[in-house]
Amino acid sequence: MQHIIIGTGPAGVIAAETLKKVAPDSQITLIGSEPEPPYSRMAIPYYLVEQIGEEGTWLRDGENHFAELGIKRITDRVSGVDTTSQTLTLENGEPLRWDRLLIASGSHPVKPPIPGIDLPQVQSCWTLEDARQIAARAQPGANVVLMGAGFIGCIILEALHNRGVNLTVIETGDRMVPRMLNEKAGNLLKSWTQSKGVTVHTSTSVEAIEASSSEQVNVRLSNGETLPADLVISATGVRPNTDFLNDTGIEIRSGIVIDDTMQSSIDNIFAAGDVAEGYDFSTGMHSVQAIQPTAADHGRIAALNMAGITTAHRGSVNMNVLDTLGLITTSFGLWAGSGDGDETELYNPQSYKYINLQFDGDRLIGASTAGMTNHVGVIRGLIQNRTRLGPWKDRLIKDPTRLMEAWVGICENISPG
Amino acid sequence: MQRSLHIDPLKCTGCLQCEMACSYHAEGAFNPSRSRIKVFTFHEAGRFAPYTCTQCDEAWCMHACPVEAITTDLETGAKVVSESKCVGCKVCTIACPFGTINYHHVSGKVVKCDLCGGDPECAKACPTDAITWIDADWTGLDRMRASAEKSLAGVAAS
Repeated sequence: MQHIIIGTGPAGVIAAETLKKVAPDSQITLIGSEPEPPYSRMAIPYYLVEQIGEEGTWLRDGENHFAELGIKRITDRVSGVDTTSQTLTLENGEPLRWDRLLIASGSHPVKPPIPGIDLPQVQSCWTLEDARQIAARAQPGANVVLMGAGFIGCIILEALHNRGVNLTVIETGDRMVPRMLNEKAGNLLKSWTQSKGVTVHTSTSVEAIEASSSEQVNVRLSNGETLPADLVISATGVRPNTDFLNDTGIEIRSGIVIDDTMQSSIDNIFAAGDVAEGYDFSTGMHSVQAIQPTAADHGRIAALNMAGITTAHRGSVNMNVLDTLGLITTSFGLWAGSGDGDETELYNPQSYKYINLQFDGDRLIGASTAGMTNHVGVIRGLIQNRTRLGPWKDRLIKDPTRLMEAWVGICENISPG
Repeated sequence: MQRSLHIDPLKCTGCLQCEMACSYHAEGAFNPSRSRIKVFTFHEAGRFAPYTCTQCDEAWCMHACPVEAITTDLETGAKVVSESKCVGCKVCTIACPFGTINYHHVSGKVVKCDLCGGDPECAKACPTDAITWIDADWTGLDRMRASAEKSLAGVAAS
């Protein structure tokens, strides 16, 4: 059996290793377009502050990890997929035939339609190569403009700040990380970031980037300001890598639509991770979550089904954790609520603490936090187990920080009194 | 024979000796807030419940880690964090549905129970046998029994 996996991120790598475990006699080929061993984009911020070297970003130890497992790696780019002959073509190598194909090609940074976005001073932050470029340009004292205060923007904010640059953040939304935090939490994060010496403009967009010299650019903002910059980092979101699938007939909406076995609309073609529009546990709908734990779930379940071990995906809970200059924020599930359930929150802006819980009946369906890190995983557990909170719900309404007590109390059959 | 931590909350008096022993072993300080095992207090019910990682088979933390910093100690079965490999991204802290792997603000890494390499201090420190270190088969049996009783209770209630 020939298994071919496109993409060497967490979904692709976990799928390859799972296949090796459950179908050791099959041929497994892992195709990636970047020259480095498979690495984690999530580790890039730590590489940028020189806390780790490049090896520290690798998903697996050692250059020979995959060869030792008997997984063939090809560094090339897929140029076409023929679903009838079950063959894919590569930019440089020979065509390859598959029995089962997994598309785990990930996503790419969006390029906003702004004049000057292609100037050499404008850099995305997605690959290790991007990180090397940023490290070279973000020298102490340099003026750096960060476009976008989303996940990637916030994750690299600290790295940039620690490099001693003069940093200005531009976000079109009315708060930071609007896709993960509500108005209160997103603005709490904004005031925290500003208190650390970073300028943050929300409800502001970049209108144009213009060369002012051979080295510098001027960044023109919608609020009338113009900022000189040595480096502009574009972090305005990512989109699934599906261009090479045009005309294949594979159903694509915001990503490749998959069923609960991770199979696409075409037999024997599976998809996983950031490129896949999978089942969302909370909404019951399909969506591209583009988060690490979902990629790991997808990769494992896709591999089992590719090996003929039918395994249904019960949906992934969307969740995020961000560390922005030391203020840690999280969000889980339906953090904005479902519209007709109860909610509770605790908001203490002086100490930068926030927690908001969303309920459906006596079940927790979503939450967001700022400045709280202990036992936060239990939020995922309560949501995904659909735990009946019973009398603990009222206790949580009064004090939402008591989540862990609620969970332990429910496990031990202890009522809150 | 692999052993595991067995917790019997009904025997716990809330003395926090386990938290003291854990934090001293892990960090060289008698500081319950640094303990990997946590005793929850239920004032109204007059109950206590020690709680820590069960070293679960699903190992959500391990599978969520982007840099393979969490591995299984083959001798003890513990899921162990490599401090040198952990970059501090905290994804495991939201992935663990039991809330038992946590971010450590001083080290900038995550910490969890590692069963002290096979000789857990919490069990040794517990004066009432609320925490014991026993053959894994027995806790397995206890878990099955508890689970069976729960399902039976469910049937009876409906």
